[in-house]
Amino acid sequence: MKIQKEALAGTLESSDLMVKVSPNSGIEIIVNSEVNKQFGAQIRSVVESTLAQLNVTDGLIVIDDKGALDCAIKARVQCAVLRGAEVEELDWSKLL
Amino acid sequence: MKKLRRSMLFLPAANAAMLSTSFVYKPDSIMFDLEDAVSIKEKDAARLLVAQTLQLPIYKESGIETVVRINALNTPFGLKDLEAVVRAGVDVVRLPMTNSAEDIHELEQHVERIEKECGRPVGSTKLMAAIESALGVVNAVSIAKSSPRLIGIALAAFDYLVDMQTERGDGTELFYARCAVLHAARVAKIDAFDVVYSNVNDDAGFLNEVNLAKKLGFNGKSLINPRQIELLHNAYAPTAEEVEYSKKVVEAAEEGEKAGLGVISLNGKMIDAPIIARARTIIELAAVSGVRKAI
Repeated sequence: MKIQKEALAGTLESSDLMVKVSPNSGIEIIVNSEVNKQFGAQIRSVVESTLAQLNVTDGLIVIDDKGALDCAIKARVQCAVLRGAEVEELDWSKLL
Repeated sequence: MKKLRRSMLFLPAANAAMLSTSFVYKPDSIMFDLEDAVSIKEKDAARLLVAQTLQLPIYKESGIETVVRINALNTPFGLKDLEAVVRAGVDVVRLPMTNSAEDIHELEQHVERIEKECGRPVGSTKLMAAIESALGVVNAVSIAKSSPRLIGIALAAFDYLVDMQTERGDGTELFYARCAVLHAARVAKIDAFDVVYSNVNDDAGFLNEVNLAKKLGFNGKSLINPRQIELLHNAYAPTAEEVEYSKKVVEAAEEGEKAGLGVISLNGKMIDAPIIARARTIIELAAVSGVRKAI
């Protein structure tokens, strides 16, 4: 899946996160989190596996985390990527 | 014991914090709302969030039933919602604005197709019809009997009262609809859910309405605030006196059965099969919910 344009998903409310994706050469992930020291690696791992599931090989992914659970991280990354890739028809076997 | 559906907590499906924590309040059912609680530009995000939240093991392990209110199928969102939540393993799909049995037939055709496509056992996705119009109330019996997947019908007051050209008051305005929906549910042997009480700061008003719904025979109520769960569960719990009397009824029935008596009496009052069945239900309910506390 190719990120065609800049896109956002999520909020900056507690227990949520804001994900910003934009076109890039190669994958670059930036994680800003209040719990970065404790959970930064875990957040990054969820983002990476979500991108791999969607076959995203290029893109700048900026995460502003406010203590979200993995399920919210996955959902917000998926949403930002799908919006950025302008995909309407979803393959749920790759999203769940 | 039959699945209890006293409390059905509405959660706006776009709110990550609520979706991640709502199970701690232990409602009988949690209803993720993809319809009115989500703005049009966030429908895609909310759908993904609900689908991923449904994967949380806590929802499968806690025994809390998961329900998703999808958008109506005649909107651009309804079928997309259905594709997501059936595949994500939701227990129950709630259809808003159900006006006829045909609405449920259309829904179940889509559900069955999706179940087959994703390998989910056919029939495992249950359905609930929300009745929100005069037409829906008039057709309540045929709606309630329209599918073996239906676990219940819910009356939704806001749109219904607009349709009836009236507004919320002392309950008179909902009397016919409550009775019609409830009778339809009982004819079809499914559950019935009363309307939301929207003033979350008025516990006395809420409890008045809960007691009315309970007296009429509703299984439970839709809720919009976790604070209302404990009040509701307590109101539905049997009193210590009811439990004590029920135990005596069951004991008398068992003794009568041993003695081969056809008719049993307790304290001079005849005890027949419906009274014994009711006593057993009260004892089972007390085991789950405890006895009612004084407030």
